[in-house]
Amino acid sequence: MSFPWAREYQPTNGLMKFLDEKLPLPRLVYGAIGAGYPVPRNLSYMWNFGVLAGFCLVLQIVTGVVLAMHYAPNALVAFGTTEHIMRDVNWGWLMRYAHANGASFFFIVVYLHIFRGFFYSSYKAPREMIWLLGVVIFLLMMATAFMGYVLPWGQMSFWGAKVITGLFSAIPVVGEPIQVWLLGGFAPDDAALNRFFSLHFLLPFVIAGVVILHIWALHIPGSSNPTGVEIKDESDTVPFHPYYTAKDGFGLGVFLIAYCVMVFFLPNYLGHPDNYIEANPLATPAHIVPEWYFWPFYAILRSFTVDFFFVPAKLMGVLAMFSAILMWFFLPWLDRSPVRSGHYRPLFRKFFWFGLIPTMAVLFYCGGAPAIEPYVMLSQLATAYYFLHFLVVLPLVSSFEKPEPLPFSITESVLGSDKPALSGE
Amino acid sequence: MIRLFGISIGLVFAVAVLWAFANGVVSVAPVVSQYGSFTEPTAETVFHRHPKELHLQSDGPLGTWDYAQLQRGYQVYKEVCSACHSMKFLAFRDLEQLGYSPAQVKAEAATWQVPGVNPDTGEADMRPGTPIDSFPSPYPNKIAAAAANNNAVPPDLSLITKARHGGASYVYSLLTGFQPQPAALLKEFPDAKTPPGLHYNPYFANLNLAMAPPLTAEGQVAYGPGNPKPTINQMATDVAAFLTWTAEPKLQKRHQTGWPVLGFLLLATILAYLAKQQIWAAIKPKKTAATGSSDA
Repeated sequence: MSFPWAREYQPTNGLMKFLDEKLPLPRLVYGAIGAGYPVPRNLSYMWNFGVLAGFCLVLQIVTGVVLAMHYAPNALVAFGTTEHIMRDVNWGWLMRYAHANGASFFFIVVYLHIFRGFFYSSYKAPREMIWLLGVVIFLLMMATAFMGYVLPWGQMSFWGAKVITGLFSAIPVVGEPIQVWLLGGFAPDDAALNRFFSLHFLLPFVIAGVVILHIWALHIPGSSNPTGVEIKDESDTVPFHPYYTAKDGFGLGVFLIAYCVMVFFLPNYLGHPDNYIEANPLATPAHIVPEWYFWPFYAILRSFTVDFFFVPAKLMGVLAMFSAILMWFFLPWLDRSPVRSGHYRPLFRKFFWFGLIPTMAVLFYCGGAPAIEPYVMLSQLATAYYFLHFLVVLPLVSSFEKPEPLPFSITESVLGSDKPALSGE
Repeated sequence: MIRLFGISIGLVFAVAVLWAFANGVVSVAPVVSQYGSFTEPTAETVFHRHPKELHLQSDGPLGTWDYAQLQRGYQVYKEVCSACHSMKFLAFRDLEQLGYSPAQVKAEAATWQVPGVNPDTGEADMRPGTPIDSFPSPYPNKIAAAAANNNAVPPDLSLITKARHGGASYVYSLLTGFQPQPAALLKEFPDAKTPPGLHYNPYFANLNLAMAPPLTAEGQVAYGPGNPKPTINQMATDVAAFLTWTAEPKLQKRHQTGWPVLGFLLLATILAYLAKQQIWAAIKPKKTAATGSSDA
């Protein structure tokens, strides 16, 4: 930890002293998420979502491992084993609904985490590496979620897999061979189902590894905070435990209530009825839509309906869809404003609330709607703004914007004056 | 440098998608001026109807099974639907959940013929069902099913209420929605006449359904004493309720598990909130405790 006042771990009994000498795991936990990690004292509830995302990852791994014990990745029986889990496995219905809705809540939490980062410019120096690793996690999550949705082998599983792997066929010359190589055939079948299952089991552990790097990188500069003013001294911080463990505990309770309402009372609300129809390569569903968390990017993909000079429309859409996320990697260097928090950036704030947020809402809505007018035209306008926002507005706005005055310190923003730290808190 | 690069990429994407938008405007404008809507109206878009309202005891977060109704629904499935529709994810043993005793389930299973193997010759054969058997398909395979039904394979009904928008309401609406094709439809869309062999039903996505009306007369299924009169409406409601159960036999257990879980979470969350308040009280601004401790 980089803060000199961070408390040091003191083993209190013989066993802990023994452990601390041989394998200082308690020391690591103490410094990472215990009293040894000083955190800004002014974090809002928007800072709860990192911990919640970590919780979701564990939840998905636990329920997923249990589901894997009863599932078979074979095109003949995959749909049937999913129903076997729902009907005959003890508490199987709970495991499956917890896993399916767990994926949705993982994405809800991560989207809030990412948009918190957008508003407070959490990607800016010295936190670039945390941000880059976060985008990697998000990409891995999307791959994992996509492959997981294929496993029940319903109609949307099959046709979703066909459409998404079909995107690679837009690449000139090598596209078709790449698609065949990815699927292990000309259409999704046993080969694809088996490799998707294998990778769907593997990737969450890769995510867990990158999450460790993400948290490690976080501990170098420490957490950001709603003012965007860096920590000046000890009075700006409180130890993570008990202050933020308590706050995260309450946040986790609220999260679990919302999650359990969905799992127990609306378990299929976020799903699509067609995925309760067994995969049928001969019957195309009326509207092929991915899961809700992909809708904004699906809308961008479908916005490019006309060839652009020599670039075919399909390729343009694929490039745009991948760029829509990959460009997040460059945010730390695109947004050059020295001020981090949107609270002190009047112009940026307007573009965020009246530009980016409505744009995401339109893309989200249109991505779930059928590809007909007026949805296509709406998503085209939103797509244009989406790219302009990140690649043109953000770089330019810092040149024209006059930031509002920042508080002297975190303590001043909380107490109104920067008095010395309170003793014995 | 990165910013210049970014701005140019951003402009390329924006121009490309706005060019597509302009093309869209040009092609949509005549449609809008002619029909006043973004798409040309078709018989499906104008005459397709959303499912009727249907209220079942299993609805909502407090929903439970009405076992008498599920038993009646099973009777409708057995005597009407099962002539064409399989229900492969249900086993006879599952019927015990509807309130039948093990002996009754054994007897019921034996009234069905399931595919088996002749123990003397090893030839494929039919034998009476046992509780562990799944409900048999009325056809030996998909080709036979298609051949017997004007090329439309009757869908398996195990999951039908989860596999259609509207769920049980959709099933109920479809069963009670057969009617002659409206004259207004033919006047507006002369080409949309229901083809021979199909049946007009406004609750079906493309309006013309291969299935003939299955429930045609009151009393078609003879309910036992103490049950409501088997009107077409009643039979359709009962079978929709039954198919809600077949789609998710664990629905009632799910509801009954959910409430204690939520109650526990609510209590735990309140405690977590109070714990958080107490821990933060010492350093929170505008709290008497904070000024008090700062003097100490």
